[in-house]
Amino acid sequence: MATGIKDKVAILGMGCARFGERWEVSAQDLMIEAFVDCIKDAGIEKKEIGAAWLGVYFDEVNVGKSAIPLAETLKLPFIPATRVENKCATATEAFRGACYAVASGAYDICLALGVEKLKDTGYGGLPAGVADGQLEVLVGPNRTAPGGFAQLATPYEAKYGVPMEKLKKAMAHVSWKSHQNGSKNPRAHLRSTPTIEQILNAPMIAYPLGLFDCCGVSDGAAAAIITTPEIAKSLKKNQDIIYVKALQVACSSGEEAMYTDWDGASVLSTTRAAVKAYEEAGIKNPREEISMMEVHDCFSITELVTMEDLQMSSRGGAVEDILNGFYDLDGTVPCQSDGGLKCFGHPIGASGIRMLYEVYNQLLGRWPKDRQVKDPKFGLTHNLGGIPNRNVVSIAILGK
Amino acid sequence: MVGIRSYGTYIPRYRLIRKKIFNAMGWLNPATVALSRGEKAIAGSDEDSLTMAVSAGINCMEEIKEGDLEGVYFGSTTMPFKERQNAGLIAAALGMNENVRSADFSGSLRSGTSALISAFEAVASGGVNNMLACVSDCRLGKMGSPQEMNFGDAAAAFLVGDQDVIAEYKGAFSITEDFGDHIRGMNSKFDRQWEDRWIRDLGYEKLIPKAVEGLLKKYQMQINDFSKVIYSCHYIPERKKLNAKLGMDPGKVQDIMLDKVGDMGSAQSLMMLAAALEEAKAGDKIMVVSFGSGCDALYFEVTDKINQLKKKKGVSWHLANGIELDKYAKYLAWRYIIPIDKGLRSEEDLTTRWSSMARSNKAIMGFFGSRCVKCGTPQFPPQRICVNPSCGAIDEMEPYRFSDKEAKIASFTGDNLAASMNPPQIYGNILFKGGGKVMMDFTDCDVASLSVGMPVSFSFRIKYFDERRDITRYFWKAVPVMEEK
Repeated sequence: MATGIKDKVAILGMGCARFGERWEVSAQDLMIEAFVDCIKDAGIEKKEIGAAWLGVYFDEVNVGKSAIPLAETLKLPFIPATRVENKCATATEAFRGACYAVASGAYDICLALGVEKLKDTGYGGLPAGVADGQLEVLVGPNRTAPGGFAQLATPYEAKYGVPMEKLKKAMAHVSWKSHQNGSKNPRAHLRSTPTIEQILNAPMIAYPLGLFDCCGVSDGAAAAIITTPEIAKSLKKNQDIIYVKALQVACSSGEEAMYTDWDGASVLSTTRAAVKAYEEAGIKNPREEISMMEVHDCFSITELVTMEDLQMSSRGGAVEDILNGFYDLDGTVPCQSDGGLKCFGHPIGASGIRMLYEVYNQLLGRWPKDRQVKDPKFGLTHNLGGIPNRNVVSIAILGK
Repeated sequence: MVGIRSYGTYIPRYRLIRKKIFNAMGWLNPATVALSRGEKAIAGSDEDSLTMAVSAGINCMEEIKEGDLEGVYFGSTTMPFKERQNAGLIAAALGMNENVRSADFSGSLRSGTSALISAFEAVASGGVNNMLACVSDCRLGKMGSPQEMNFGDAAAAFLVGDQDVIAEYKGAFSITEDFGDHIRGMNSKFDRQWEDRWIRDLGYEKLIPKAVEGLLKKYQMQINDFSKVIYSCHYIPERKKLNAKLGMDPGKVQDIMLDKVGDMGSAQSLMMLAAALEEAKAGDKIMVVSFGSGCDALYFEVTDKINQLKKKKGVSWHLANGIELDKYAKYLAWRYIIPIDKGLRSEEDLTTRWSSMARSNKAIMGFFGSRCVKCGTPQFPPQRICVNPSCGAIDEMEPYRFSDKEAKIASFTGDNLAASMNPPQIYGNILFKGGGKVMMDFTDCDVASLSVGMPVSFSFRIKYFDERRDITRYFWKAVPVMEEK
């Protein structure tokens, strides 16, 4: 009988590159930046790594296929290295691979590294191309990521009778809060602090999403070294150990895209994955027990809906919670304490591990006072890859 | 009795005010001021002669099930493909069976009437019981040319059969003459024409009377026996002259819609026939004369079945429901007359993979999905394993057409980031009455007028033009149903 991942693996070290428009560095440079940071934190030597996972989404404008770029760049000595890709859940999938490998007993120490070099396309937004197969090219809408996620807003407005003006205000608060948090973070991509008015009056990208409703398109990398609780305790004597409490992934079944029983004002995969993650971590009441979150705020409306899908806010209740500051840094459950995808940035293949990096450091109480969450117990990360009606969601929960 | 069972028309939504063309291009050719009256209908950024023909075809399909159609002929001088049968694409879009006849008629502005005559003769021969004849044109003149002023886009379709005929086909008289008034070579995008005076004096003024007199003589008729006379000729003063010459009562001569739609090319005389049928009474005799490398003259007699024909969105509806195109430059961009910068995003190569396209031909061209025989759930694209989570039946599907179903908007956006010929790119999720949900492009609408729950219909449109390979790709788009005028 499967018992889940809870407390079976520990994080030995983590590292993160500075995210941003890193015109001066390559994907390989970013990998090294995150890895050096990570292995220093872990306090081990490279030869102790038994296996590695690389997360990369856009191989075409990035490092190419396979995990060879990881092994060659870091000069990993002929160890098993595997590339994984699962849209925006890519990095968390790399992390999951490393965790499961350690939990299985096959390896003592494993590396997960996610990297993405997005700013080599010459245009704004994510790279265009064939991401969803040939038939989708022929019949799917001529869409982009903001247009895909904008599809959450109009059904939300219709289902809950929230006037668009009010919904836009809640969305603006989501972005305002992340800018406030990101401005304090030296590794974040966007560090400006726009006002609510500036956010509301920004140019329209995809109705009703304006410029500030969209996350940064960034270059970046993040890494984690996983080990057994025993090894962690032996290497980190008298220190807090951070354990993995839950790791869940849910993929769309086609119901949302093709079957009518879905209203479009929520994301089914998040809803389903959250239920399993809380069960795996032994969390009964997430709104009470989760101390902080790093969620997939690719767009402000995504974060808003995610609050409900994660059972943090009641259905239809996220607008009020957000406007009341429930998710602000000084609120009850801080969300995106590092700036989130919105301001820390969103190099797709790195984002999941970047979120874990933030939760890990928050749980260890390592941040300066002005951005340290007070006494966190459980931290949750959430990735949502694809579009609201066809996606993959990953959820991880870390705790001491 | 062989004749027309039903007719359909299509005039695209956008109308370009001719003064806008003159304001931009009159400096080059001041004489075009004389032609800059009224407006012309222009195909949208996602339309061409083929999509317009399909729309006209759908418009006359209430009288027959797609599976009962036995063939389709397509007349046009602006077909999207030289090799790859255009009529075959229409057959697929209309959801026709594979065992149907199909042919393209092209090369002259008589191609529409020639397709129609051939359809009558195919049915009369007993070879088929019915045939759809579509005609459509979308011609281009160079910037500043008289053709640019005159040409307008439109399509008509006629269901031909030997039952429930609303207008009996009595016969035709044709003239073939290599009269090169307008010429487009194998590689020409734009029309060229010889001097107007020559076209007028040796073309229309000689050939139209010859065709009319030939028809009258062949069927022992007088011009006054006809309650409506239809002929192509966009020279207004010349029409007065021709009316007088042939002894035609101007009140019985069908309007050419030059100020509203433009010179419709192959579709000209048959759009006029459709407009005449909208007002026709049982017993009316109608003469139709097309012009192009000669003339076709056709003779019809309206039957009392016309009273039972269901009211449809005819020429008058289309004339009343156009909207003004705000910018002349959009017309130039949409027709690829001038290069535009759609951004580097648009340069990512979305190559056309023919075998992949062929494998999904029914889904793409006919908007066919599947319906689970076990639980009744319609689904698109066609599935093998039922998407209903409480069913999941494997390989128990039947084909199911979505294009003719009632549907409404479930979500939408107007996307300014997507590379588009007509930004913002509008799309969203569509919920179908009877089941099924599809995320797809919208067309002929603006974001401000949309709301969740708004009804939509479906239109066959250009999905993407693969410029590098000169291949137009098609699919269906949702058209929000606006308030009608």
